[in-house]
Amino acid sequence: MKFCIGIVLAITALSAQADLKVFATVPEWGALAREIGGDKVKLYTATNAFQDPHRIEAKPSLLAQARQANLVVAAGADLEIGWLPLVLRDSGNPAIQLGQPGYFEAATYVNRLEVPTVVDRVHGDVHAAGNPHTHLDPRNVLKVAEKLAARMAQLDAANATVYQAGYAAFAAKWQVAIARWEKEAAPLKGIAVLVHHQSFIYLTNWLGMKEIGALEPKPGIEPSSGHLTSLLVRQQTMPARMVLRTAYQQDGPSQWMAGKAGIPAVLLPFTVGGTPEAKDLFGLFDDTIQRLLKAVR
Amino acid sequence: MQKTFVMAAMLAVASTAQAADNADLAAIRAQIDEMKKAYEQRIAALEQKLAQAEARGTSTPAQEVAEPSQPALAAANSFNPEVSLILQGQYKNMKDVPERSITGFFPAGIYDQGNGAITGISKRGFSVDHSELVLAANIDPYWRGQAIVAMVDGSAEVEEAWFQSLGLGGGVGLKGGRFRSGIGYLNEQHPHMWDFADAPLMYRAMFGDEGSYVQDGAQLKWLAPTDTFVEIGTEAGRGAAFPGTDRNRNGRGAAAAFVHVGDDVGIAHSWRAGVSYLTTKAKEREGNLEDIGGVQTLGRFTGDSATWLADFVWKWSPNGNPQYQNFKFQAEYFNRREKGDLLCSDMDSAHPTACGGGVNSLYRTRQSGWYAQGVYQFTPNWRGGLRYEQLDSGQRDFGANAANLMLTDYRPKKTSAMIDYSWSEFSRVRLQLAQDKSILGIVDNQLTLQYVMSLGAHGAHKF
Repeated sequence: MKFCIGIVLAITALSAQADLKVFATVPEWGALAREIGGDKVKLYTATNAFQDPHRIEAKPSLLAQARQANLVVAAGADLEIGWLPLVLRDSGNPAIQLGQPGYFEAATYVNRLEVPTVVDRVHGDVHAAGNPHTHLDPRNVLKVAEKLAARMAQLDAANATVYQAGYAAFAAKWQVAIARWEKEAAPLKGIAVLVHHQSFIYLTNWLGMKEIGALEPKPGIEPSSGHLTSLLVRQQTMPARMVLRTAYQQDGPSQWMAGKAGIPAVLLPFTVGGTPEAKDLFGLFDDTIQRLLKAVR
Repeated sequence: MQKTFVMAAMLAVASTAQAADNADLAAIRAQIDEMKKAYEQRIAALEQKLAQAEARGTSTPAQEVAEPSQPALAAANSFNPEVSLILQGQYKNMKDVPERSITGFFPAGIYDQGNGAITGISKRGFSVDHSELVLAANIDPYWRGQAIVAMVDGSAEVEEAWFQSLGLGGGVGLKGGRFRSGIGYLNEQHPHMWDFADAPLMYRAMFGDEGSYVQDGAQLKWLAPTDTFVEIGTEAGRGAAFPGTDRNRNGRGAAAAFVHVGDDVGIAHSWRAGVSYLTTKAKEREGNLEDIGGVQTLGRFTGDSATWLADFVWKWSPNGNPQYQNFKFQAEYFNRREKGDLLCSDMDSAHPTACGGGVNSLYRTRQSGWYAQGVYQFTPNWRGGLRYEQLDSGQRDFGANAANLMLTDYRPKKTSAMIDYSWSEFSRVRLQLAQDKSILGIVDNQLTLQYVMSLGAHGAHKF
C-alpha cells in the first residue's frame, strides 16, 4: 500500500508535462484540436471514422489514455453515454471529470437540432439533448473552435498565444472555405434525401437539403424490410434523390433502397478519415460536397 | 436617441457651467464633438454588422433555425439520480433435483429440506428473477454514489450500495460500502450483463448460488500512467460472505488484491488479463455433506480460505466497430486452498449418520476449476455462444472424518450453448441449452428461455 502510494508520487512528480494531452472521443474534434494547437498538442483519438461512436466499449486502452489526459474533448449530447462516463470515472484523473476545465463538450456551444419534446424510448435511442452529430455544419465547427481554443489556452497558459494564433489562422481559412462550400453546394438546395441514421441533419440543414426519411425505423433500431418497403412505396409520391450513409454504417440497406428506387447510394466521409480524401476538416467538407454534387449530376 | 442624449448633456453642461469662461466652453464642445464622432462610428459599425448578418441570413437555407439549445431545466427534480430497473425472468426445463450442490465441493450454506425449499437456481418452469433497481448520481464534485436494490416477493435486498471517489487524482480510485469485488472478470458484472443465462459452475463453487463475491468494505485502486492499461487494486472487507463467515470481530475479515493488464492489438482487437487473490476466514461454516451411507450430515468448517483467480478476455470486431459483428472470448481459472477443522454431526436426530453426535477432524482441501466461452454477434440483433466448464474436486484431506464421509473424486462438467436476440440495446431474449454434469450420477439436459429488459437511464457497461 505504502509502496503503491510511493510509486504514484514518484511518477506524478516525473511527469511534468511538455504538451497538452488531448483525449478526443471522435476524429472531427481531434482534428480541430490539432488545427488549433499544432505540435503543442499530444493528441489521442478514441475512435476512428469506421467506428460508431455510440457503440464503443470502455476498453482498457481508453482508460489508460484518459488517465494521462489534460483535456477530454467530447461531442457531448449523450453521444458517448455508453462508455465515456465510465472511462472518466475509472480513470482516477480528477482534471477531466464533468464540470472541470479539462472536460469539454462541443454540443454545448452550438444550436442543437432535433431536441425531442418527448423523451421516451418508444421513439428509439433518442438523445434528450438533441442530435449530437453537430460537426457537419461548418459554422458549428467555427463556434466550437473559438471555445476550444480558449479552453486550451486556459489549461496550458504557457502556450496560450500559440492556441489563439492557431485559432485565428484556422478561423480565417475556415470562413473563406465556408463561403466557397456554400457557393459550390448551391445546386444541392432543396434536394430531398433519405439517410441511414439521423447522422446528417446539421449538414442538410446547412445546405438547405430536405431530409425526408431514415432507413432506421427509429434511431438506433436496425432497418427492417417492412420499413424499407414503406419508404420505397413513398418514393412514388415523395421521391428522394439519394440515400446517405456514413463510413461506419452497413451498406446493405442503402444499396437495397438505391437499387429499388433507382437513386444513388452515397457514402459520405462523415468525419475525418472516413474517405481517403477527408484527411482533415477541410478535406472532410470538400469531399462531402463533391460526393453530393456527383450524386445530383 | 444618441443625439438627444448628447443634446441633453450639452444643456446640462450649459446650465451648470454658467461661470465657465469661453476657453472652458470650447474645451467641452471639443469633448462633446469627440464623443459624438465616436458614437457615430460605433453606430455605423453596428449597422454594417446587422446588414451583414441579414445578408447571410437570406443566403442560408430557408429552413428555420431549428430549436435552439435547450436552456438547462431548473426544476428541483433535475437533481434526481439516474434510475434504471432491470427486469429478468425465465422458463426452465430440467431434472427435478431439490439440492443443486456441486459434487465434491463444500456448499455455500445448508439446504432447507422442507417444503418449498427449491431456491432460484433449482426452480423449474416459469419464474421471475429479482428485479434490480439501480440508483446512481454524482454526490458532489468529489464523490459518486450508486445503490442496487434487488426486489423479490416480500423482501428487498441491498445488492450494492457504494460511493466512489472522483477527485483523488494520481490515478487513485477509492470505493467504499457494499460492492462487487474487483477480483476475476465476471465477478463485477451483474446477471443482466452475463452472456449466458446462469453463472459458470466455477463462480457457484467459489461464491455460492449468487455467483459473485460481494464485499462490505473498501477498495483502493491505482491506474498506472502508461499507454498499456495496468491497474492494481486492493480490498478489505467484513468477509461475511461464502467462503468466509461473519465472525463478530474488529479488524478486517477478508482481503483481496488484483492486477489487471490490457491493451489493443491493432484497431480490431482488445484484451484484458488479470490475476486476483482473495483470503478470508470461516468460523463454523455450515454445509450439507454426505456420510458413507449417503445420508445428509451437517459439516462445520473453521479455518482459512485462500483463492487465486486468473482471467482473460479478448474482443474482436471488424475495424473495432462492434455494432454489426463482434466476437468475445473469455476464460477464467481458480484454485482454492482451505485449511482448518471440520466438525461433522447429524443433521437431525431422526436421521443418524456415521458422524453421530459429532466428530472433529482436520480439513485440508485444494480444489480448482475453469471455464471458457466464446460469444459471436453475427448480425446487429443476433448472437450465439458456447461455454465449456470443468471443476476438479482435487485433494481433500478430512483426517478422522475421512472414514465417516463420502469422498468421491469427481470432475463436474457443464457444456452450454446459447443464442440470443436483441431488439435494441435495452431488450434481449435468450435460449440456452446445457448439459449439466455437476452432480455425480446425474446428466441433466437443461433448457432455459430467458428475457432481460432494462428500463430508464442508459448506464455504461464495463469492458
